[in-house]
Amino acid sequence: MAKVIMKGNEAIAKAAILAGCRYFMGYPITPQNEVPEYFSRELPLVGGTFVQAESEVAAINMVYGAGAAGARAMTSSSSPGIALKQEGIGYCVKGEIPCVVVSMMRGGPGLGTIQPSQSDYLQATRGGSNGDYHIPVLAPGSVQEAVDFVKESFEIAECYRTPVMVLCDGLIGQMMEPVELDHEPTKREKVDLSTWALGHSPKGKTNTIINLDIDAPNCERENFRFFEEKYPAIEKNEVRWEEFMMEDAEYAFVSYGTTARIIKNAVKALRAEGMKIGLVRPQTLWPFPQKPFENKKIKKWIVGEMNMGQMVPDVQLACGKKEDVLFYGRTGGMIPTPEEYIDFAKKELGGAK
Amino acid sequence: MGKTHKISCAGFGGQGVMSMGQLLTYAGMIDGKEVSWVPAYGPEMRGGTANCSVIVSDEPIGSPIFDTGITTAVVMNLPSFLKFVPKVAPGGSIFVNSSIIKEKVERDDVNVYYIPANEIASELGNDKLLNIIMLGAVVEIDKIVESESILKAFLKVFGDNKAKLIPINREALAKGAEYAKKLG
Repeated sequence: MAKVIMKGNEAIAKAAILAGCRYFMGYPITPQNEVPEYFSRELPLVGGTFVQAESEVAAINMVYGAGAAGARAMTSSSSPGIALKQEGIGYCVKGEIPCVVVSMMRGGPGLGTIQPSQSDYLQATRGGSNGDYHIPVLAPGSVQEAVDFVKESFEIAECYRTPVMVLCDGLIGQMMEPVELDHEPTKREKVDLSTWALGHSPKGKTNTIINLDIDAPNCERENFRFFEEKYPAIEKNEVRWEEFMMEDAEYAFVSYGTTARIIKNAVKALRAEGMKIGLVRPQTLWPFPQKPFENKKIKKWIVGEMNMGQMVPDVQLACGKKEDVLFYGRTGGMIPTPEEYIDFAKKELGGAK
Repeated sequence: MGKTHKISCAGFGGQGVMSMGQLLTYAGMIDGKEVSWVPAYGPEMRGGTANCSVIVSDEPIGSPIFDTGITTAVVMNLPSFLKFVPKVAPGGSIFVNSSIIKEKVERDDVNVYYIPANEIASELGNDKLLNIIMLGAVVEIDKIVESESILKAFLKVFGDNKAKLIPINREALAKGAEYAKKLG
């Protein structure tokens, strides 16, 4: 298929439909409105169902229902809307409902702004819902990656029976770039629907999905299973990252999404001045990549985000040296420039070459 | 090192600045370049200036946004003129819709082209051609994309059912180019 130019939000919706998503439930919010708009127009044409729910809470619970019946279902929202969905996401975790949640982040806290932000890193990776859990969080850095990651997300969701979040800053949703829509996701083994999904049970058996565990020992057993089997498998199989100009690097930026692209410009400019600097770009935020931080040649790590440093603790844990991790970011919907990172690196790393 | 064009298109909502940027973006892709398009989608879109940032480059694009260092600015109204003229890099080009903007650029380190786009559009009998006329001037002077690629992009951006409008748009591109050429 030839490349086409699409807006990130539309490309995400299209990718989901191509991945077999036939149920979308959502509630409007800037900067992701083209996602539901696209689904509302295109899903009926392929026999799917689009529901503009009465609220974000209703939307995620409808996704719970569709996912429980074994359908590929998705919802999307932006920061305050994702905050409202947290309870439902936790229920999907407990019910082991495969589903995809797209989070198109804007400035916060509260209703905040409509401009791009990455201030929901902790909400996504540490969980805004209750209980012991993780969900896989994929962070695309381009419209192409958004398309590819949405497709992967449905595969991951069904392989591990878990909600998966695609976490983008608002700019990824708003910008247009050339994309190829026919990249095939990695096929993963899917849990047989007849063993768990409602409406798919074999004769003589009834599948049930229960969220309330009256029995504490059983709830603990289930949590142990998640943490001893499901999450280690995801950590082993699904972690991904990109290394940019890291071969001989002595310093490294760590960044994801649009900020990582901005920093790529800074890396090139600093390289041109002789500084041996590179970029580690986590593409999954949970599981957080550990391997690139085993690189002992790196003297300082500079974390760059559109927030107040939410990824910093993950980098500190991964590299094991708290004092070697610096941070520069903008927040509230402000976008940093390459020049700001160039200046920060020069100032903090001194005359480093 | 290849060339990287950083283009800002700005004006009132309705002057076609967003689609002007999209045409450049699509045409760039048709010409085999790396491209990106980013709209300003803040509240300023309502009533104030609408603008978009386009990159057409020989190299993979890192940051799709830029605040300064603009190589080509197309300004269609006074607020855009005031906002973007200072952000153009030395040696860059500024295309001013002189039908609406009476101010002159007071910089001597940039190339300025005053295009009376509204008048030219009226001569062609269609006021909507404003943006295409400006685009004709841009492509003639800055050679960002092939003029023919803009027309190929036209169907991609506006849909195949707009094919009947290709001849008048071809004429508008030519008029814009012709006017800019005379300005040298």
